[in-house]
Amino acid sequence: MAPAVFNTVVAGYLGQAGSIPVRLRHKHCHTSPGPDAVPEGENHHVARRACMGVRTWLGEWPIFRQATGPDPLGRGAAVQSPRTQALGPRTADADEVVKSICPYCAVGCGQNVYVRDGRVTQIEGDPDSPVSRGRLCPKGSASTSLVTSPSRVTTVKYRRPHGTEWEDLDLDTALDMIADRVIDARRRGWQDTDDEGRVLRRTLGFSSLGGATLDNEENYLIKKLFMALGAIQVENQARI
Amino acid sequence: MAEAHPVGFQWVMEAKARGATIIHVDPRFTRTSAVADLHVPFRAGADIAFLGGLINYVLSEGKDFREYVTTFTNAAEIVGEDFVDTEDMAGIFSGYNAETGRYDPISWQLEGVDYEAPAAGMRDHWEPELRDETNQSEQGRQREHHAAIGSDTAGGAGDAAHATGSPRRDETLQHPRCVYQVLKRHYARYTPEAVSQVCGMGVDEFLAVARAITENSTRDRTTAWVYSVGWTHHSVGAQYIRGAAILQTLLGNMGRPGGGILALRGHASIQGSTDIPTLYDLLPGYIPMPNAHLHEDLRSFLDADAAKTGFWGNMDTYLVSLLKAWWGDAATAENDFAFDYLPRLTGDHGTYGIVRDQIDRKTYGYFVVGENPAVGHANGKMQRLGLANLDWLVVRDMQMIETATFWKDGPEIETGELRTEDIGTEVFFLPCANHTEKAGTFTNTQRLLQWRREAVHPPADARSELHFYFHLGKRIREKLAGSTDDRDRPILDLTWDYPTFGVHEEPDPEAVLAEINGYDADGNHLASYTELKADGSTTAGCWIYTGVYKDGVNQADRRKPGTEQDWVAAEWGWAWPANRRTLYNRASADADGKPWSERKAYVWWDAEQGTWTGHDIPDVEATKPPTYVPEDGATRQDALSGTDAFIMQTDGKAWLYAPAGLADGPMPTHYEPVESPVANLLHEQQDNPALERIDRAWNRINPSQSEVYPYAFLTYRLTEHHTAGGMSRFLGYLSELQPEFFCEVSPALAAERHLEHLGWATLISARTAIEARVLVTERMKPLRIGDRVVHQIGLPYHWGSNGLSTGDPANDLLGVVMDPNVHIQESKVATCDIQPGRRPRGPALLEFVESYRRKAGVEPGGIT
Ligand code: SF4
Repeated sequence: MAPAVFNTVVAGYLGQAGSIPVRLRHKHCHTSPGPDAVPEGENHHVARRACMGVRTWLGEWPIFRQATGPDPLGRGAAVQSPRTQALGPRTADADEVVKSICPYCAVGCGQNVYVRDGRVTQIEGDPDSPVSRGRLCPKGSASTSLVTSPSRVTTVKYRRPHGTEWEDLDLDTALDMIADRVIDARRRGWQDTDDEGRVLRRTLGFSSLGGATLDNEENYLIKKLFMALGAIQVENQARI
Repeated sequence: MAEAHPVGFQWVMEAKARGATIIHVDPRFTRTSAVADLHVPFRAGADIAFLGGLINYVLSEGKDFREYVTTFTNAAEIVGEDFVDTEDMAGIFSGYNAETGRYDPISWQLEGVDYEAPAAGMRDHWEPELRDETNQSEQGRQREHHAAIGSDTAGGAGDAAHATGSPRRDETLQHPRCVYQVLKRHYARYTPEAVSQVCGMGVDEFLAVARAITENSTRDRTTAWVYSVGWTHHSVGAQYIRGAAILQTLLGNMGRPGGGILALRGHASIQGSTDIPTLYDLLPGYIPMPNAHLHEDLRSFLDADAAKTGFWGNMDTYLVSLLKAWWGDAATAENDFAFDYLPRLTGDHGTYGIVRDQIDRKTYGYFVVGENPAVGHANGKMQRLGLANLDWLVVRDMQMIETATFWKDGPEIETGELRTEDIGTEVFFLPCANHTEKAGTFTNTQRLLQWRREAVHPPADARSELHFYFHLGKRIREKLAGSTDDRDRPILDLTWDYPTFGVHEEPDPEAVLAEINGYDADGNHLASYTELKADGSTTAGCWIYTGVYKDGVNQADRRKPGTEQDWVAAEWGWAWPANRRTLYNRASADADGKPWSERKAYVWWDAEQGTWTGHDIPDVEATKPPTYVPEDGATRQDALSGTDAFIMQTDGKAWLYAPAGLADGPMPTHYEPVESPVANLLHEQQDNPALERIDRAWNRINPSQSEVYPYAFLTYRLTEHHTAGGMSRFLGYLSELQPEFFCEVSPALAAERHLEHLGWATLISARTAIEARVLVTERMKPLRIGDRVVHQIGLPYHWGSNGLSTGDPANDLLGVVMDPNVHIQESKVATCDIQPGRRPRGPALLEFVESYRRKAGVEPGGIT
């Protein structure tokens, strides 16, 4: 199970915050950070190995530590290897933490977006938010995989009329072709008046669908542009 | 709520921990039911019977919050003599025209009031009659009446725009035609026994709910109702919400802390996309779009649609400021502030009408932006046929969703109804930026605007919508530059110069937010919509958002931790309007402005200081005393008294009875869903007489009470997926958590149809047949309705053919019939058959579905 989801589920049942505040977690992190966590520097690791004596070697043996140490059940320090000890949470190495909001449902949970080297490395709940108090549900917790998804398409794809395959297209060319098509469809669908002479001053040549996943600023530009073009057919999920 | 809005549900659990009773009324037993004090299973589509039953209980037992009702509602007003209730007309109200299938609401008016304005989209209906009457002798009042009921309001600005004169009142509530008594008679037949019969719940269960909510609605206690699209996706959807509004108003739960009717909206900014509407019938801030008919100029538009009293009386200031924001210097007093630059409506241009026109090749291009109609909207076939008949389609998304690939792998390719080579649609797939790759505001379900900061840049060709539409607009303006065609003036005169940054020339979203907020004549950021003017000296892109950029500060980006604030948390983000967290909160105090109780104090009148004060921004002019009485002829908010808490209404009252504003009756009435397994046990009229249909081969409807399609089904969401799956089915974790499309059936239905747990089932409607894994579960309960047992089947609707987790789309099973007020489809209940095993493949599927239609006496299906 994915760590982010796991934390949410477990913490949810414990009646605690779905995402443990990051500062705390960094200091006291004893949980496995998951397979794709960023390991700490290798150098540190090698230096430690070099000064190992026999006693150290024996002391590294989990069953010995379990039998002699303070962790007889072998659920904590006794079973940690140097590798697991060296692992840290992704969030610890972030260059910056950026304040955001979950993109899924309309609860509007706060998110902290962890960025390293210009890439999103982790997304956690924002404990400051009075809406969500640090929690995220499975969807919000999966936001990291949403924004880093390997199947995400990042280049323009074009299917010509009657075509059987996608083709590549330059973004600027695509924008230009779309602008031409809007102008053309607008002209073909234009209505100055209806058949009874009432002024319409509009086009039914093209329409738009979408908005509930967009920002207010984006919806504003869509509505403003479409109104200026005389295009009344603007719709979104709110009616669906 | 625990499943679809999990983190919001923590507050329900907090309330429970503090002693609140949680009641869950839902056909399915869910994670919400598991932690509720009481789960009441019932039949999908029977909600008005249930709500009507509660209203009847309140009225017949005299349990209403009388002082609240007499102070804040229209209970005392007298309904005109012409009104005939459903009781006396076999389930239909007076004013119904069987030929057109629509109502004339004039007989619903109150006595002493000339006429009141109408519901959205009705103008077309009345326009011919209006024109006819111009040739008749008795034009005067009739003509005005039709002008009034023909206006374009969408439940906001123009409701009761034309009410003139004061309605007659009976403060004792005894007059047989006063609203209170009319309401009481209307719901008298909604007895606990009737509710039990119609809804399939026990009389005891019903009474337990009725007692719980009435005992919990007092000076000291309030009850909240929470709903979602389970209430709106019906052919009587708007009336469901009205039902809750009546009940909550009778119980004194509106405008008070812990009260209200809370809509849980399903997308990050679906509230925002309604406020700044990417919707055909609205302008920003719920100003109606002008219709072709009578709105030749600004004045006639305001006369027809703007109220004269209450805060909608200021619509002139909101609208002129909007026009100034859009057309700047080109909008002058001389040219009506460019009012005629706005295109005009002539009826319903909602999404299903658009798709019908696509199929008929009446419209040629389509932008689909962050939405996946090919599997996410009702009647998927209809949606995909629309796409296949376009000249061009632009899809902007992160993943290769079904709407982008319908031409090569849509279900119609498999059946042979469409061939890839024959589909002429030119498709542009443009990758979009995700929520961490752009800054901007989402408006959440409680009207809270929260700013997201940009964390990283979008990769490769991915761009924000802000970028795409800004540059598309620029490009179009360049191409049209120099045009002398009149029709190009609006686009060429448009204010379209946003500052940009970065190599991709990303427009600055704060500059857009500042424009939405608005400026005064000197270029200062406005602080409140009350500063807006109708003389062209102010601008505001969306008047209800004015204040979000107050003092030049992005108020939506305020992030004072919740732990450092009181429970209202007014310094986190910014809520419209005016950062007010609870609407109509004047009603949290009594007529004298005193809190109803210490425990429920929220805002109150401070007589010493001469001002309203409290925990929230008071929803009333700060210095208007509770004793204020308007002078004769007063307008705008000055026409409302100090006890008129519902300030957007022309009369300042909460309407228990709606003399105008709805297309299907002044009071909610139980009608069966169009596809229902049972007859209407409450009224002779089976379904909503005013509902809207699309009668086409690709939209066949199952006959009501059909033995061929004997089971009810409902669609819903899972915690682990999101809507049509574009943001969840492509992700590993979420696909692992809910890997496959399934249907929930009761053990009894499984036995009746030989369905095996974890095996396959095929579900059949007049549209198509789909297959799903079977989940046999006690969570679905067979219900006794009248003299028969009704089985309900649950279908999560997230699937399609693309992504990591694939399956048939539940939406393909649905047809489209619509509510006449808002043109929303009835997708939360319909009928089907269910059989064990997988569905036929290829052309055999068509023949299979056709054989069902033949058996049921339904006309043949098809793609044209
Ligand atoms: S984390 Fe879950 S509950 Fe919160 S906004 Fe996101 S989807 Fe909604």
